[in-house]
Amino acid sequence: MTVKSERLVDLFEHGLDAPICLTWELTYACNLSCTHCLSSSGRRDPRELSTAEAKAVIDELEAMQVFYVNIGGGEPTVRPDFWELLDYATAHHVGVKFSTNGVRITPQFARRLAANDYVDVQISLDGATAEVNDAVRGHGSYDTALRALAHLADAGMKNFKLSVVCTRHNIPQLDAFREIADRYGAQLRLTRLRPSGRGADVWDELHPLPGQQRELYDWLVAHGETVLTGDSFFHLSAFGGALPGLNLCGAGRVVCLIDPVGDVYACPFAIHDEFLAGNVRDEGGFAEVWRHSELFLGLREPQQGGACTSCSFYDTCKGGCMAAKFFTGLPLDGPDPECVQSHGESLLADRRDIPKPSGDHSHRTTASRPVPVTISPSRPPVSPCDESPLAGAPVR
Amino acid sequence: MDEQTAVAEPFDVAVEQDPAEDLVEADDLIEEVSIDGMCGVY
Amino acid sequence: MPTASVFDLDRAWDLHPQVSVRPEPFGALLYHFGTRRLSFLKDRGLLSVVQALATAPTARAACRAVGVGEDDMLRYTRALAVLARSHMLTERHPDP
Repeated sequence: MTVKSERLVDLFEHGLDAPICLTWELTYACNLSCTHCLSSSGRRDPRELSTAEAKAVIDELEAMQVFYVNIGGGEPTVRPDFWELLDYATAHHVGVKFSTNGVRITPQFARRLAANDYVDVQISLDGATAEVNDAVRGHGSYDTALRALAHLADAGMKNFKLSVVCTRHNIPQLDAFREIADRYGAQLRLTRLRPSGRGADVWDELHPLPGQQRELYDWLVAHGETVLTGDSFFHLSAFGGALPGLNLCGAGRVVCLIDPVGDVYACPFAIHDEFLAGNVRDEGGFAEVWRHSELFLGLREPQQGGACTSCSFYDTCKGGCMAAKFFTGLPLDGPDPECVQSHGESLLADRRDIPKPSGDHSHRTTASRPVPVTISPSRPPVSPCDESPLAGAPVR
Repeated sequence: MDEQTAVAEPFDVAVEQDPAEDLVEADDLIEEVSIDGMCGVY
Repeated sequence: MPTASVFDLDRAWDLHPQVSVRPEPFGALLYHFGTRRLSFLKDRGLLSVVQALATAPTARAACRAVGVGEDDMLRYTRALAVLARSHMLTERHPDP
């Protein structure tokens, strides 16, 4: 008797009672201004969840048996209660991975991390050289990241990750990234650039070229499970075979985002009102949003293939990334902008109406344009009613 | 429908039996994956 | 170290202490906090076996206790072997 196994993708399409894993952005504050930031971070939002509110979220995650939380931001380590929350989570059966640019990872900080078995750390780096990296992440950020890697290695930290967003400029550097990861005993992680947040502004210049997608795919296949991907390349399965991972869009089904002000989105790459499910401060908290929000219930309905149904690869690529389509103005029931069968190309030529992110916490002082100022040589006219003894007197 | 299952199955399951390595095992009753194997987590 | 082809049904097995079990309609999720691995059990019967291990003298006894038929023993044994290999299950009395 043969038993037909159900694919996980089919089991999960209808969602679960709790996420398996979720992303939690603790703050929009960040010391950097990466050009492609998916959350448009920089400035702290004054409505950020308080320490008590954050602990209440952790309590809910524990009750729901959410096994693992990916903490990010902005730069999560700039929150004064970062350690308090980290320790609270790991003491309450919620494993933590946090994503950082490394700015706070001193030797002491690294030793403290190494002492906690339930914390994973991920250092962000988008170039194997300072030249490539700093063009995206800012001057000095390469050095900061490598220093953090060194401190983690010296502290005996295990299994920390070096996480890269793949771009046109760093895909030629994959072997070099591997070398850096190996040098510090880190695990390399390659992830997909999405046109989300500030990413929309640089998408055209940064997204991989079609030939580079093939190169990336082949490289990932060659490196197998030694390189992580966060399942971000399931759209590349159309090249001829799925990469490791669930190979499905988990948004609203097995993953979601909690943002710094408690808003719950389908995924961190979809920070937009269109994908806003609710807020943890609402009655019923996070659990209520996860289980009963209209948005998530809709996502858990069987998805229509739309224009993709006739494609032989639809079954594994599932039409690609919802966020990538949304932020390039493509219809959600059609091909991914980077569809490897090039089904997205003609649509991209036509597309307009690119949605703006709903919020922008970017630093205001970056890339400022000069403000025209005229200094008038003449004094303003003196009113006959002016009571000042200095009226009409020359101004020093 | 075997093809569908084959496409969804992780590659290289049958090759290495080294217990020291974490391999993705696929089976009709069990599927294993790294916690990093879910899209939507950066 | 047990391999996929050798799983001793006649020994006592336990869930690893760092494993969390989350029942689901389709079966269960098992997460190992030490290895960061997830196992998806796609069958409620298998979940019952896993839950019965702790109070059973052997894995075979656990299977019998929850009513696993002879026809299913092979696939359940294979599944238990997979769990053992990924350290989700440990032997209660490992050989010295």
